[in-house]
This record gives sequence, structure tokens and C-alpha cells, in this order.
Amino acid sequence: MLRKVTLLAAALLLVGGPALANTKVREPEPVAFSFEGPFGRYDQTQLQRGFKVYREVCSACHSMNLVAFRNLGDPGGPFFNPEYSAAKGLTSNDNPVVKALAADTQIADLDSETGDAVQRPGIPADRFPAPFPNVIAAKASNGGLAPPDLSLMAKAREGGPEYIASLLQGYGPPAHGVTLSPGQHYNAYFVGGVIGMAPPLAADKVSFDDGTKSTVRQQAEDVAAFLMWTADPHMEARKQMGFSVLIFLVLFSGLLYASYRRVWRNESH
Amino acid sequence: MSGHSTYVPKTGFERWLDSRLPIIRLANDTIITFPTPKNLNYWWTFGGILSMMLGLQIVTGIILAMHYVPHVDYAFNSVERIMRDVNYGWLIRYMHANGASMFFVAVYIHIFRNLYYGSYKAPREVLWILGCVIYLLMMATAFMGYVLPWGQMSFHGAVVITNLLGAFPIVGDAITTLLWGGFAVDEPTLKRFFSLHYLLPFMIAGVVVLHVWALHVVGQNNPTGIEPKSKADTLPFTPFATVKDGFAMSLFLILFATFVFFMPDALGHADNYIPANPLVTPSHIVPEWYFLPFYAILRAVPDKLMGVIAMFGAIICIFALPWLDTSKVKSMRYRPQAKLYFFIFLVVCVILGFCGAKLPDDQVIPGLTTFKLVDSDLNSFVWLSRISTLYYFAYFLVVMPLLGLFEKPLPTPETISSPVLGGEHKD
Ligand code: HEC
Ligand code: HEM
Repeated sequence: MLRKVTLLAAALLLVGGPALANTKVREPEPVAFSFEGPFGRYDQTQLQRGFKVYREVCSACHSMNLVAFRNLGDPGGPFFNPEYSAAKGLTSNDNPVVKALAADTQIADLDSETGDAVQRPGIPADRFPAPFPNVIAAKASNGGLAPPDLSLMAKAREGGPEYIASLLQGYGPPAHGVTLSPGQHYNAYFVGGVIGMAPPLAADKVSFDDGTKSTVRQQAEDVAAFLMWTADPHMEARKQMGFSVLIFLVLFSGLLYASYRRVWRNESH
Repeated sequence: MSGHSTYVPKTGFERWLDSRLPIIRLANDTIITFPTPKNLNYWWTFGGILSMMLGLQIVTGIILAMHYVPHVDYAFNSVERIMRDVNYGWLIRYMHANGASMFFVAVYIHIFRNLYYGSYKAPREVLWILGCVIYLLMMATAFMGYVLPWGQMSFHGAVVITNLLGAFPIVGDAITTLLWGGFAVDEPTLKRFFSLHYLLPFMIAGVVVLHVWALHVVGQNNPTGIEPKSKADTLPFTPFATVKDGFAMSLFLILFATFVFFMPDALGHADNYIPANPLVTPSHIVPEWYFLPFYAILRAVPDKLMGVIAMFGAIICIFALPWLDTSKVKSMRYRPQAKLYFFIFLVVCVILGFCGAKLPDDQVIPGLTTFKLVDSDLNSFVWLSRISTLYYFAYFLVVMPLLGLFEKPLPTPETISSPVLGGEHKD
């Protein structure tokens, strides 16, 4: 079986690849995200709104296996609070918002005395609980298509967060010649145009605590920004360190160039 | 190493050690007094840059290996754990992933430098072949390293590349089975790739020692291609070459840091952030950019076996170059025709790289349909690869052998110093 698959893969590459990729897909619409460019940073209130969209809508179907509650309070994260940071001798585990969000979920565990399977309230160290116990269950509840894990989604698609934002707003009547079976939807940004995810967003589906008007576009962009953060949680630290490193290297290069000129001053070359 | 050591032990301990293990003498002759031609330009700084990159890959790789789990069920998440939870793990991993690309940038510049200045010619054939061995080992190492994070591209790239070897008659199947450790790319494959990925960089380091040894026997070539004739033509490695190499390394690190900190995933492929799934094949499997020219040559040939032979042949040509080039003049500074063919060759290699990234049947000039030749429209990347592949081989097998016999080179200077003093300058 596996051998067949590998042969098929090779055959697809040489023959089928072109046919598959020729299906017309619409390019994601550009969005001016705050985190773009070398100076870009996450907009913390946007991350909070995006998290709310994920929690109240997407998490019903999509897991987020790589993210723990404590990450929400890490530097650069949606609920980071300098009061609960390393500078104060504390960590995100002490952050009350994080603790409350974790405690609000039920985590499957074993009773340490009896070994019985139990449900207990979450703690900041727990990962986000998945909506389905396994892939089979996920498929069974979604018309045979398992909703993919969203932790890395913003890095795992060409176009990243802009693709996600476009996809979530990209539903519409099927293009000419496309027929949909039950459970299928038309989405111009999805490869092939036919997606198994029903339009997840609607105006006012999520109410934002900061009073932002809850349009589909707002929800889509906010959750896309949140997914960029889950995929790249250390982006701010990375860029910050990048500037120090570049400044150092430029100065160091200048110094080396001066030394070079000095060492070679009497040599014609 | 080169026989004429000028090292004089200064202290009692140095004298004692020198008569037992002349290691300080070795270091002294290699990086202090080694005579370097005084007219080297910046294209000669890439040897040092390559050594630095090898060192960086080994250091970051060893740290990654402390956290990485070579198992099909855990590999992907262990890399993500490095990215998220290990302190500065993102830095180490991004340095390693982008470091591999930068390593290839440097090695390609280094190789084209040698092509241009004829550095592979006598007496440097062994030095050249050792360099080619390093390049082969680098390709093997990078290919296996790319499999380790066990993403979609890792897995399906491994499937496609290992299947190529199966095209060889008789031995093909045995080789692929041995590489896989079974009958498909799976757990045993990942385990052995990890083991080999750890091993090969140290073999590279070993061949680098031989490479430098050979270099110190024959000495460095230089932009004129004229061997140094007197002391006036050379300068001691330290401080002259060390400070210049150091400056170039620092500039190269600026480029490297720009990728690591500001566009760390630009050279990677989005699909490799999806965990490997043997049952779902990505619509478009592409290798890492540094393999693309060879991938284009592979796909240019309609027959699978012939394609594989062409791909390996393309590498063998590089090995054989010292005997393919018949010109007595080393540097292309004095070979105007060769210079022209060289720059076309350079452009052709870049075009092949582009072709490797495209789908064979995609149009080169969008919207223009010409006529179908054999299996594809003439305006397609597969035909562009075919024409480029033809030139690639013609450069080695026709241009290099014949040009040396028929061309009229410009007059070459007597010594390194004369053209420099005569006012002619770098090209
Ligand atoms: C009712 C269940 C459900 C909900 C709610 C849901 N999804 Fe999905 N989602 C799916 C399914 C099923 C798929 C797989 C679709 C397919 O492959 O055709 C999917 C696929 C996706 C994809 C991958 C598309 C691709 O390129 O492969 C993204 C991104 C995505 N969903 C984002 C979201 C976001 C963001 C939310 C919350 C706003 C959300 N989903 C809510 C079921 C759901
Ligand atoms: C010639 C030097 C080397 C080259 C060119 C090289 C190249 C690569 C490449 C291309 C990857 C995939 C990166 C990615 O996309 O994630 C990789 C991963 C890896 N390498 Fe290396 N490598 C080298 C040396 C080493 C050494 C010496 C070690 C260990 C001692 C090592 C350990 C690892 C590990 C553990 C991974 C998996 C983690 C990851 O994917 O980031 N590498 N290497």
C-alpha cells in the first residue's frame, strides 16, 4: 500500500502535478497587519479579539495542539501583563487572566490516587483542549474532512494570515460549472473552490469587549492576526534581537574595514 | 605543510612540544606565515566564509540534536518545541535552517570564482576534486537535514528523490531499499537520515582539512592566474588575509542575520509547516532552492533513467573540468571569448534554477501559445530547461575543450606585480 503511495507520489509529480495546480485560485486580498515589516509588532487588543473569535467559534471544530494557556500571557501574547513577567520574578502562570481562562476548561486526566479517568479544571500549563478525541471522530463530525490543527496554519499556507482572512470572507455562490454536494461550500480562495468548512463567521457572532464593531471582516482579520501569533509567538523578540545584532555587525564591520585599510595601507593591490 | 616552514619556537615549552608534536608549527604555517598572493580580490574571501558557516552549522546542529526526537510521531512536534519552548530555540533553529542556505550561497560563489579564474587547472586538480567532494557531501547533508523536521515537503521530497535512485537498472531497487530501511520512506528512513545527517558534517570537516592541506601545497591562485614568482608577489596570511577575510565574514553575517531575524521562512516552503502525511501529496513538490538547477535538468529529460543520468552527469562534469578545459591560460581576464561563454553559463544556471521551481508545462511568456514540440508547447518551462540543459553540457563538453585550442588569449603579464604596477585594475 505505502509503496503504491510513493509510486503515486512520483507519478503525480511528473504527470499529475501540473493538472492539479492549474485550478484557478483567487489571490488573497492584502491586509495592512500591524505585524508586517521589520518594525511590525502584534496589536495586543487585536490578538485578544482574535483569541475570542477562536475560542467562541473555531475551537468547536479546530484543535490548537501546540499552544498552552500560559502562552497567552507570554511577552508578545494577547494577555501579556508586565506585572506578571520575569522582571517581577513571576511568570505567565501567575497571570490571573490566564489562570481564569485555563480554569474555565475541562482537561482529561487520570486521578493520581485511583488511576480513574477524570475531568479536572485546566491550569496555565495545559495545552488548549482539542474538540475531538481523535481524527476519526473529527472526520465523522465534519462530513469526512478533519478540520486541520490551527496552531501553525498562518505559516503553513502560502499567503499566511492574509490567506486566512480572505478565506473566511471568501464564501459565495458557486462559480459557473461548479456543483456542490451536501456539506460542500464554494470559496474562491480555496484550492479547487470547494471547501468542506461551512462559513464560520457572521456579523455580531462574537461580541468584542473593547466595543469594536463585530463585522465579518473584523472577525476574520482579528482571528487571522491571532493565528499569526500562535504560529510565530516569538516574532517580537526575534525582530528586537535582530536590530541589536545588525547594529553590532554594522559597527563591527566598520571597525574591521578600518583595520583592513590600516593593515594594507602600504601595499599596492 | 608546504615544506618551507619558517616557524622558530620561542619558549622552552614550544621547543619541547615542537620536537614531539609540531602542532604549533602547523598552525603557524597555515594561518600566520602562509604566503598569499597580494592581488586577491573579495571573491577570495569565501573560503573563510565557508569555514565559518560549517562551524556554525555544526554548533547549531549539535544544540538542535539535544532537543530533536528522530521518530515519525514526534519529530515534527519536537522541532516546534524547539521553536516555542526551548530558550532561544527559535534562534538556533532559524540559524541552522537559513545557515544551510547561506552555506550554499557561499559555496556557489566560491565555485563560480574558481570557474572564472581557472583555479581548477594544474597544479590544483586534487584541490578542485576535494572541493567537489565537499560540495557532494554538503548536498547529501542538506537533503537529509531537510527530511528531519518531517513536514509535508520533507516527506514527499524524500520520497521523490529516493525513488530516483530506483531508476538505475539492477542495483536501483537495492539502493532505495537500503536507504529507506524498508519498502517506503518511514521510521527507519528518518532514523538513518538523522544518524547520517549528524555524521556527514564531520566528514565534510575532514575533507576540508585535506582541501586546505592541498591548498597549502600548491598555494592560492589569484585573479591574474599567474603563479607567484618571488616574495614581492605575496604577503603573509596574517595579518593581511585574516583582516580582509574577517571584514568579508562580517558583511556576510549581516546578510545572514537579515534572513534569520527578519525573513526566517522566506527560503523555506509553507508546506513544511504541515506534519508529514503519506496519504496526501502536495500539489507541487519542490526541493530546496540550492537543488533546483539539477532538478530542472532531471525533469528536462523525458525518460526517468536518462533524466537521473543527466542529473548525475551534470555533477560529474564539474569533477572532470580540469581535464575538459584545454586552455593554458588560467584566468578569464585574458580569455575574452571564454569570459563571454562563462557569463552565459552563469545566467543559464540561474535560469535552470527558475525552471526547477516552476511546473514544467507552465508558460515562460504568459499568454503566448506557440506550437507543440514533441510533448509540450515550445513556450514552456520544460523547453526552457531543455535548451538550458543543452548549454550546460555544451559548456563543459564542447566549449571548454575546443575554446582552449582555437581561442586567441590576450597577452598575460610576466608576474602578479607587473599588471598591478602597470596600472591595470581589477575587473
Ligand atoms: C463546523 C466546523 C468548523 C468551524 C466552526 C471552523 N472550521 Fe475551519 N475547517 C473545518 C473543516 C471541516 C475544514 C476542512 C475543509 C476542507 O479541507 O475542505 C476546515 C478548514 C479550515 C482551514 C484550512 C483551509 C485550507 O487551506 O486547507 C482554515 C484556515 C480554517 N478552517 C480556519 C477556521 C477558522 C479561523 C475558524 C474560526 C473562525 C474556523 N475554521 C471554524 C471546519 C470548521
Ligand atoms: C554541513 C552542515 C549542515 C547542513 C548543511 C545542515 C542542513 C540542515 C537542514 C537544511 C536542515 C532542515 C532545517 C529545517 O528546515 O528545519 C537541518 C536540520 C537539522 N540538523 Fe542539520 N545541517 C548541518 C549540520 C548539522 C549537524 C552537525 C547536526 C548535529 C550534530 C545537525 C542537526 C540537525 C537537526 C537535529 C535538525 C532537525 C531540526 C530542524 O529541522 O530544525 N545538522 N540541517
